[in-house]
Amino acid sequence: MKDKSKNVYMVSGGVTKFAKATPEMDFRLRVKKAFDYAMDDINMPLSEIDGSVASYFSDHFQRQLMAGIMVQDYLGLTPKPSKRIEGGGATGGLAFQTGYEEIASGRMDTCAVFGFESMSHVNTWKGNEFIALASDTNFDYPVGGFYTGYYAMMAVRHMHEFGTTVEQLAKVSIKNHKNAKHNPYSQSPMDLTVDMVRNSPMVSYPLTRLDVCTMSDGAAVAILASEEKAFELTDHPVLIKSIGTGTDTMRLSDRPFGKVPLLPNEKESDYRDLKYPGIHSFRAGRTAAIEAYKGAGITDPLEELDVIELHDAYTSSEIQTYEDLGLCKYGEGGKFIEEGKSELNGKVAVNPSGGLLACGHPVGATGIMQSVFMFWQLQHTISKHFKDDYLQVNNAKRGLIHSHAGTGTYVTATVMEAV
Amino acid sequence: MTIDPNAKMPETQNGTEVYNTDPLTVKSHYEIDYIHSYAQDSEFFRALGKKKLMGSRCKKCGYKYATPRGHCMMCGAETEWFELPNEGKVHSFTTCYFGSEEFLPETPFNLVMVEFEGVDSLFMSRLIGASQEDIYVGMKVKAKFKRIQKFSPTDVYFVPAGDK
Repeated sequence: MKDKSKNVYMVSGGVTKFAKATPEMDFRLRVKKAFDYAMDDINMPLSEIDGSVASYFSDHFQRQLMAGIMVQDYLGLTPKPSKRIEGGGATGGLAFQTGYEEIASGRMDTCAVFGFESMSHVNTWKGNEFIALASDTNFDYPVGGFYTGYYAMMAVRHMHEFGTTVEQLAKVSIKNHKNAKHNPYSQSPMDLTVDMVRNSPMVSYPLTRLDVCTMSDGAAVAILASEEKAFELTDHPVLIKSIGTGTDTMRLSDRPFGKVPLLPNEKESDYRDLKYPGIHSFRAGRTAAIEAYKGAGITDPLEELDVIELHDAYTSSEIQTYEDLGLCKYGEGGKFIEEGKSELNGKVAVNPSGGLLACGHPVGATGIMQSVFMFWQLQHTISKHFKDDYLQVNNAKRGLIHSHAGTGTYVTATVMEAV
Repeated sequence: MTIDPNAKMPETQNGTEVYNTDPLTVKSHYEIDYIHSYAQDSEFFRALGKKKLMGSRCKKCGYKYATPRGHCMMCGAETEWFELPNEGKVHSFTTCYFGSEEFLPETPFNLVMVEFEGVDSLFMSRLIGASQEDIYVGMKVKAKFKRIQKFSPTDVYFVPAGDK
């Protein structure tokens, strides 16, 4: 499938500072700011953009349909081709991969992928209702109607199955909020302790307020290009080496109890008694990882990846994702954070930006934000863009970005490499 | 003659609620009724009124679903209805202290994923009669049905089966 496609590069990126509410800008102006930052960074004129992909999740938040074309219009990109991509929390990851496909297919030489979400138009609990409408409205929404509740049940099962502890969950929150202190784009940088995380208000047992990401207003833009064009535009493009995507049943209740799809560094005997995925693991995440690793020739992800930005909407889902990505075996995710392996200076830096927990989660922008932070990591330009080099991962050569929807319903994994 | 240069739009007294003047921020209201058909899932909701919990069984491969679906995800064949046992076990649980706006007045409430003996998939429901500290994975629970049907999946709920 991959063989005949062309190499695709990321050549620039921009992000707005995510915030709870930014009423002084609408979604178009927010994207424009991120877009101009990206274009100015490589002195790219508007005429060089061949087309775009719009990334936003919910029409409910703004009650403005066709918001994608309004951004295209505002940026001055009409009448060039554009389309909107939507897939819940993974909207950004899916849109980024769609931009990749536009270039890989040879249709475009350059493509702007822009993501945004304006969640401040409604109160937090109404926002949670809109998000919960991304669960089966016959059987799930009327019963739970709350995504934190669904994730809490997955976390409880992970704890039951593998002995994961609430203290281990808290350590993810501590790490990501701490990293964010050096990321000027983040929404909620802070120093935390296990007690502070556990003593913050319980949202859905065992997840407290500090185990859960926030709603935000924000935008992010990634500019992608073909090989020929990339090196014309910049001396430091980043190769998008491979993409992977997985899906799973909309309803948690339908998840089967079968066998683990194995990565090259795993054996069937590792999981003799594990019924998979059940509701403790994300089969879509594993499926995405298998495809992305195959495309990039990765056989030992922990050794071969230097930096990861993954979808930590909940502390528990970061731990679950360590396992899906094969950074450790299923069941070892809690120990992985406890031993500091995902710290900035650990075995592999996971969410050096602060992740969703500390940067915020303006849904359609989130996956694009990850790509921009990864791009700067692999370009070694964190100090330029953050005005602080603390978060620059030393010798970062290869990274993975991971975007995640629903209860693990769409998951994307994309491998990027310094050139 | 219909041309009238002095034409004037009628004024109304219902004003606009202004939240802020800079940037100018106003409130707009949105409300809608949906005509929602349960379609191929209808039997499940009708059966709750007869105090029956219905699942789906694949006619071809026999896979059994505790939450109904018209076609099998394993082989694609059509499913048929079958009655689920009245008792099951807690596969996982949580207690929601916050929720979506619609359910916020009901907090705190317990959510459970219920597993049934011999059934391949799970069922999400509310559990009452137990607080967070009392619930555990493996706890026996039994289905109860509301007397006045709302034609919602919450017409069925679970309570502790009274064992230990």
